[in-house]
Amino acid sequence: MVQINLPPNSKVQKGKYYKDKTGSKNIRKVNIYRWDPSNDENPRIDTYEVDMDNCPSKVLDLLNKIKNEIDSSIAYRRSCAHGVCGSCAMNMDGKNGLACTKPHKEIKGDINIYPLPHLKVQKDLIGDLSTLYKQYESVEPWLKNSKKNDDKENLQSIEDRSKLDGLYECIMCACCSTSCPSYWWNGDKYLGPAVLLQAYRWIIDSRDEERKERLKKVADELKLYRCHTIMNCTNACPKGLNPAKAIASIKKMLATS
Amino acid sequence: MNSYKIIEHEYDVVVLGAGGAGLRAAVGLSEAGLKTACISKVFPTRSHTSAAQGGISAALGNMGEDDWRWHMYDTVKGSDWLGDQDCIEYLCKEAPRAVLELERYGVPFSRTKDGKIYQRPFGGMTKNYGNETVQRTCAAADRTGHAILHTMYGQALKHNTEFFIEYFALDLLMKNGECKGLIAWNLNDGTIHRFRAHITIIATGGYGKTYYSSTSAHTCTGDGNAMVLRAGLPLQDMEFVQFHPTGIYGHGTLISEGVRGEGGYLLNSKGERFMERYAPKAKDLASRDVVSRSIALEINEGRGVGKEKDHVHLHLNHLDPKVIEERLPGISESSRLFADVDVTKEPIPVVPTVHYNMGGIPTNYKAEVMTVNGSEKIVPGLMAIGEAACVSVHGANRLGSNSLIDLVVFGRAAAKRAAELVKPGTPHEKISNSETDKCLERFEKLRNSNGDNRTADLRLEMQKTMQSKCAVFRTEKTLKEGVEEIRKPYEGMESISVKDKSLIFNTDLVETLEFDNLIRQAIVTLDSAYERKESRGAHAREDHPKRDDNNFMKHTLSWCEGSKTKISYRDVHRSTLSNDVQYFPPQERVY
Repeated sequence: MVQINLPPNSKVQKGKYYKDKTGSKNIRKVNIYRWDPSNDENPRIDTYEVDMDNCPSKVLDLLNKIKNEIDSSIAYRRSCAHGVCGSCAMNMDGKNGLACTKPHKEIKGDINIYPLPHLKVQKDLIGDLSTLYKQYESVEPWLKNSKKNDDKENLQSIEDRSKLDGLYECIMCACCSTSCPSYWWNGDKYLGPAVLLQAYRWIIDSRDEERKERLKKVADELKLYRCHTIMNCTNACPKGLNPAKAIASIKKMLATS
Repeated sequence: MNSYKIIEHEYDVVVLGAGGAGLRAAVGLSEAGLKTACISKVFPTRSHTSAAQGGISAALGNMGEDDWRWHMYDTVKGSDWLGDQDCIEYLCKEAPRAVLELERYGVPFSRTKDGKIYQRPFGGMTKNYGNETVQRTCAAADRTGHAILHTMYGQALKHNTEFFIEYFALDLLMKNGECKGLIAWNLNDGTIHRFRAHITIIATGGYGKTYYSSTSAHTCTGDGNAMVLRAGLPLQDMEFVQFHPTGIYGHGTLISEGVRGEGGYLLNSKGERFMERYAPKAKDLASRDVVSRSIALEINEGRGVGKEKDHVHLHLNHLDPKVIEERLPGISESSRLFADVDVTKEPIPVVPTVHYNMGGIPTNYKAEVMTVNGSEKIVPGLMAIGEAACVSVHGANRLGSNSLIDLVVFGRAAAKRAAELVKPGTPHEKISNSETDKCLERFEKLRNSNGDNRTADLRLEMQKTMQSKCAVFRTEKTLKEGVEEIRKPYEGMESISVKDKSLIFNTDLVETLEFDNLIRQAIVTLDSAYERKESRGAHAREDHPKRDDNNFMKHTLSWCEGSKTKISYRDVHRSTLSNDVQYFPPQERVY
């Protein structure tokens, strides 16, 4: 039998334990994945005891509290703090989501926080999204319309515009793509749910003149058809969007065209 | 003196910031054939433009008669006559074209029955010079900023803009009063980069994070403003901080003015629509400073709601649920997530919350940075756009939906001006290393600091001081206390501690550098507010309740070295750009 193990420097070790210093009676343990690229140490899980009596409701508040009051060295992305910028996507309690909209009271027991799965980790909770961004570029996310009329807008009916609802709201947090087993396995070739949802956003825009070319471009064994309708993407989306449905719509358009 | 390896870059133009303004400029520059770099500390679509909700103003007239001159009058009045009317003329006249351009870029605007861009009423936007409400604010549901930002990023990709993402800018490179580029730190691999450019365009947004409670993102730290101060140049009108009337109580999340535009209204604890008393004509759609002051007065006089009677209610539960679903889906989501409120059934608890900085880097309408030395002088090689800039089109108070239009109109203007000034591929002259050394000395000092003060504690002290001493209402006493207290966290930096010493994604050091940027802006904000002994727009002095056009119809300019400031003034421009419109002389401002 072949033994498959993680390389020794990838094994996640037990890290530091930060005991509560406030004397609070309402303590929760928070376990956070840590990895620093500037030394040779293995990744580790640090544990923090946090006073929950003085902590606002979301996981991001919890992280900010730890960074501000216990350990300023912990690294994570965050910006808007209300679910519109997509910076603080991470894996909490085994599920992808935005730390700024996820209430920590929904998590039972210890709170486990990891980076988004299957990304190259850059440091602690910061994952490398550059491949996903390149794939986003590859679907040419801009309107293709040859009309050159500077004084008028393209007209679009309310009905046609409503076809963009559930698509244009995507904040590219990558929660969906990094929850998709097929993307884990073929992330370099399969476009994944986030990018396919964006592709569909332009395919279905009534103002766009290159629907056919756009469809042709994604109609590929790897780019599109690696979607096996697992539906993790739709489950993971913190904005309540349905990437699986968008992918199904692309497949349907290709099947009927 | 330092061991940092410096990676050199040469560009015709460097844009710092990738929000709506930075991206629009970058697109225009690429179109003009200028070699352009766009540097941002966050991935472009994470910029705070994404949080703009209600819409973007332009007199398109899709919902009835409109005229850019009416828009101009409203903006002048909204600014409480502190805006420069030549610049406001440019903004309002260019606005329709800029919005149509966005539509053709692909922005998914909401639509009218005949397929045109949908426009909604907004605070202070009127017909026929203040006569009745007009529908001028173009909307993509209540996610207009998000829709614009993502579309602009797509356009930048189309034009092959070169991005430097997750690079944190440290300082400008100045030589004999001219800007020659900037120094930035690449968070991805820890390297230091020197960008040489004939023109540097600052588009770094506002500095809302100087306050404890704001609608701003964590990243709104006004880095470009602080770089300008460190370069020995002034900032303008920094005392004018906009409090948005409706931030979610306790959390600060923005609830769009679009809610009131679609028919929502405010109630106090007695169930009164109190805005009818303060603004009989415009009511809940008076301009933001007026509504915020009215809420503050209601609370001060004991008519607030809740256990502490310290906020008011925003109702939209009388609106057709279909309208809410179609036009206000985002705020329904925010209210559920951050106030645990179902907007179709219950009111949203709201309170005035810091939202926007009218002040910033002084520019003319071509986006060129100005300073004053006897008279107005242009700073060669430096431009500023967006919330970082103070053109000034917003004067003492910005109207809702005038910020998004500011981004694209002046983003485009900057690109156009740069194309006039720079011939593509012009060689760069030599500069000495002294500026680079000075910049890296500050970087190195902060990185290696092992003092007793945590950055987070100093930041909190600054934020609490700003929140209590430089709020909706101000007095000589609170401002004087603020001017003294705000220097304590600055002095605290002498003994600051940074735990993480590494260079890759060292967010401990990033937050410390951001604090260094914030505190300088907090100091000039308080000092500027202290010196302005009148009430105008967002600057409301209880001890000087009237506007004083004789003494203060002028812009404040503030320089800052260490914690020492110098305050000076320049006159408001009292003429228009063309004969298409007449100058609007100061009037009493009633809504």
